[in-house]
Amino acid sequence: MDLGAIFNLSTLMNTINTATIVVLAGLGCLMTDQAGMMCIGIDGMMTAGAFAAVIGSWLCSSWIMGLVFALAVGLLLGGFYGLFVIRYKSDEFIIGVALNIFAVAITTFLLRSIPGQSGSFHPATGAVVKLPSFSIAGSNVSIMVPLSWLLVALTWLLVYRTPLGFWLHASGEHPESLRSVGRSPERMKYLGSLACGLFCGLSGAYLSLGYLSTFTENMSASQGYVAVACVIFGRSNPVYVFLAALLFGFIDAAGQRMQGIVDPTLTATFPYIGTILMMVILAVRYTAMKKKRA
Amino acid sequence: MSQAETVISFRHITMAFPGVVANDDVSLDIRKGEVFALVGENGAGKSTLMKVLYGMNEPTEGEVWVRGQQVRHFSPANAIGMGIGMVHQHFMLVPSFTVAQNVVLGDEPRKGLFCDFAKARQTVEDLVKEYGLKVEPDDRIEDISVGLQQRVEILKALRRGADILILDEPTAVLTPQETDELFAVIRRIVAEKQMTIIIITHKLGEVMAISDRVGVMRAGKLVGVCETADVSERILASMMVGKEVLLDAIERADSGEDGVAIEVEGLRVRDSRGLEAVRGVSLTVRRGEILGIAGVEGNGQSELLEAITGLRPIESGRVSILGKRADGLSPKAIRALGLSHVPEDRIATGVSVKADVTDNLIVGKERRREFSALGIHMKRGPIREYAKKVFERFDIRAAGLDTAVGSMSGGNMQKVVVAREFSFDTPVLIISQPTRGVDIGAMDFIHQQIVEKRNAGCAILLVSADLDELYRLSDRMVTIYEGEITGEFKPEDIPKTEISYYMTGGRKEARA
Repeated sequence: MDLGAIFNLSTLMNTINTATIVVLAGLGCLMTDQAGMMCIGIDGMMTAGAFAAVIGSWLCSSWIMGLVFALAVGLLLGGFYGLFVIRYKSDEFIIGVALNIFAVAITTFLLRSIPGQSGSFHPATGAVVKLPSFSIAGSNVSIMVPLSWLLVALTWLLVYRTPLGFWLHASGEHPESLRSVGRSPERMKYLGSLACGLFCGLSGAYLSLGYLSTFTENMSASQGYVAVACVIFGRSNPVYVFLAALLFGFIDAAGQRMQGIVDPTLTATFPYIGTILMMVILAVRYTAMKKKRA
Repeated sequence: MSQAETVISFRHITMAFPGVVANDDVSLDIRKGEVFALVGENGAGKSTLMKVLYGMNEPTEGEVWVRGQQVRHFSPANAIGMGIGMVHQHFMLVPSFTVAQNVVLGDEPRKGLFCDFAKARQTVEDLVKEYGLKVEPDDRIEDISVGLQQRVEILKALRRGADILILDEPTAVLTPQETDELFAVIRRIVAEKQMTIIIITHKLGEVMAISDRVGVMRAGKLVGVCETADVSERILASMMVGKEVLLDAIERADSGEDGVAIEVEGLRVRDSRGLEAVRGVSLTVRRGEILGIAGVEGNGQSELLEAITGLRPIESGRVSILGKRADGLSPKAIRALGLSHVPEDRIATGVSVKADVTDNLIVGKERRREFSALGIHMKRGPIREYAKKVFERFDIRAAGLDTAVGSMSGGNMQKVVVAREFSFDTPVLIISQPTRGVDIGAMDFIHQQIVEKRNAGCAILLVSADLDELYRLSDRMVTIYEGEITGEFKPEDIPKTEISYYMTGGRKEARA
């Protein structure tokens, strides 16, 4: 096997591309995890964001409006998640799953009713404006890539260096301690949910407007679940989550490269096998830690 | 100190929760610069009253005045603003944060957008110097002892400028040495900073050691406020438990049964924190006898019963039920030896609050042939018929057999537990707090049932925080203090005021 066929520039670009989708959603998930209400509904939020971005860009012929639409939908779904989990004390897992199912169904439905298409949305060339991009070493790179890196750094600062980040974490780990010093843990949890929606909106916009300008049914392809795995694996630390997303992106890209050598249906499973391995490592580590504590 | 000004004034405070009145018309003045102890049994309403002061409960009725101003908004933020700090029984600390982070939580020093860690650390170091409470600002809460965690809580309150400090059961989690250190700190901050301290406890020795004045609560009411110097532990103990309920005597009969049914020898048990809660207890209960265990709560009674019934592992010692070894067996196996158990906390362990009356009554008998086919298929018909019989016999008052037990009153819930356990018809009964929070009617009924069991030849081990109950039911009583048996009496031989002395640490030989 020619390793050069796997480790080359194209693989690197694919790695970064996939990692960007995952890390943006992961940052969202992390905001809810810090607040003690980890949202697995990010997959659905991404799908809805991707759809809203395409529609926004198509209607207004502007990528900015695409982004605005995606962020607005993200905010809406984040608020919905927060409302049910915080106010109505529903199970976060159930609401998360409901969001995922709902997002696929509603986008499929709206795809048929707004542009009147089914399966996927392929508007005339130029009708949908992509996110801006620039060129490095002959490769096209979306601005969302450096933006996501910036966001990783900013989120890290927020979580580990600002009072707001401490309150967010306290609202998850020990909400009563926050309440006893006169701060509302619920407010922090809402903040986490809304931020989650925003990040997922970005991730969705990148999914549909980053390099493509199309929306396909079930576009997230369960990468939201991978992002959840990255958050767990990265223990909710933005930098670790980013590294986990890169690892996942690499497995995905390398799998694509190996399609010529191995059956492509098999290589397509690599990222998910990688996710399972991550979880196994985590479980082993967790059990060891528990033993140590006991 | 009697001339000192009043800093806090509770006026006719009533705090009602659904189904319970936790504080009933409480009026109390706290003076500036005093250490005020608030004592009472668990559930007497001490913590509830203090949570009103700290703004965590808004009273149903009544007013709170702080330094001559009426409190209008009940919130912790407002209480902090008025210089009130509270160290909760369960610490309000974020385990993964450092000491400094916790001390400044909610009001962090800032440098621009960011938290100023250096300043936070400095703040802690300054407080440590000023009050002599040694802690390391960079240690993580999850890595330090509970004694140190408590210091962090105190520092947190002091940093917020508290000059009224509420300590909720501060010594419950401390070792004796840590307790001494805490008391030294309290004395120092009162003397040097003129702080006002309110300490909630049920340990009377500590009340005598640290407080200037003491208030006693019982069943939501403030039953007395005294200068500590004017009272003794014995007087306080009788104030805490001494409710006089006039009930008719229950007829006792000799069953003719005899022989030892419960035998406990040298039993040692650890509590959930790993501390030794039962320290070498030995006792026997014969058939046709009720042995009452008297003690202030938290002196090992719960652990003792849990150990006997197999719910808690035994360190050393021996338990026999009807002549058969029971230690080391599972709760199910112990029950099979002929034991039933009415647990102390009916909601946590006594019933399933979501299930209906029928299901709660049948639990434990569901595999019997008359109720299930092959132990799989439940025969609803016979089950309902059986439940209906028990329901009527025990006079359970509920809308119907399909009422969720959680929606019933405490008394009826307790009757469900008693009905279920008593209808196992076992020769040994372990009963804990059979009538806590139960109205007098239900209490009398349950008492009758207990004595009826005794008359039928059962051996009954009874733990209760209610001395009247113990006196009414027991044939023999033992007192327990800090996990050890401190005395054995016949109820007719010892007055209540005297037995409370043994419950608070007095010894047989100390009886003069």
